[in-house]
Amino acid sequence: MKILTANFVQCTVKACGSSPDCFPLHFDQQTPDLPLELAHEDVDFSPEFICNVLPRIEWPALLTTARELGNTQLPPAKPEIENPSAPENEQLLRDLHTLLLETQIIQGSMRCANCGHIYFIRDSIPNFLLPGHLVQ
Amino acid sequence: MSRPEISAPPEVFYSDIESKKYTSSSRIQHIQASMTLRALDVLALPPHQHILDIGCGSGLSGEILSQEGGHVWVGMDISPSMLAVALDRDVEGDLFLADMGNGVPFRAGTFDAVISISAIQWLCNADSSNADPRKRLARFFDSLYAALKRGGKVACQFYPRDESQTESILNAAKSAGFSGGLVIDDEESKKNKKYYLILTAGNVNSNDI
Ligand SMILES: [Zn+2]
Repeated sequence: MKILTANFVQCTVKACGSSPDCFPLHFDQQTPDLPLELAHEDVDFSPEFICNVLPRIEWPALLTTARELGNTQLPPAKPEIENPSAPENEQLLRDLHTLLLETQIIQGSMRCANCGHIYFIRDSIPNFLLPGHLVQ
Repeated sequence: MSRPEISAPPEVFYSDIESKKYTSSSRIQHIQASMTLRALDVLALPPHQHILDIGCGSGLSGEILSQEGGHVWVGMDISPSMLAVALDRDVEGDLFLADMGNGVPFRAGTFDAVISISAIQWLCNADSSNADPRKRLARFFDSLYAALKRGGKVACQFYPRDESQTESILNAAKSAGFSGGLVIDDEESKKNKKYYLILTAGNVNSNDI
């Protein structure tokens, strides 16, 4: 799962409903039998996609996710990019591309801060199947 | 061929063997590709969109999304074997093991568009583990509506068992707030007739359901 997707996914357990704490899911508690594993996977660079999706990124949640995954280098506020083809924006767009699209969470656990449900990621695939009593 | 959703729930039907058969059949690949292209045609999306693929299976549609227009996509499927085939094929989208009948797990305004090929008729099934089709349809469309940006579009090709299934699907979509309706291709042909549910999130001035 890409960091981009981690910025959009939320808990779907019944008890969470529209609780503000069901997003973002947290990577701060991992289990020894499923240690957190990240990998870099090349994706074609598309400044247009980054510019399309950037307004929808929840920056504080991204800072939280990045910190929990060991990255504390992000700017504290969301950068504003008006022109994706301006040369002065290229490095920033490439950095965002690397972070959001090329950093894969291969395995680990995501925790809902509201209900405590743990979602496991194996082979880059998060498991969102819920037992019947947790379904809305 | 019997209709797969009548014989067993999807996670059972699409076992390892069925998943490999499904993905390697060139006839199925061809039909799946042509339906995906048709859905994209109706959606008329600009390039570089963020797209959700419901019932992504082994990623046959997703590959087209990556190739046609440089879209970034997330695929959901309830069948681990189908997703395993998608992993083997090294698709570019993110894959989720999830049941669409429990709602899509994404926050408000996540996606520009949604595509689904041959999947949403499964929502109408009542098997032992997921009893109430009405609830499943409502959870699915309500959460889908929320996960789309306003004005975001949906194209779902599906195989309704009968008219009442089509009705339930349309009603659930409408209750969730979608506008839109059905597009039927090859309406006269029993064999090739294809149903597409085409929706817009929010009241854009399109024909009402
Ligand atoms: Zn929760």
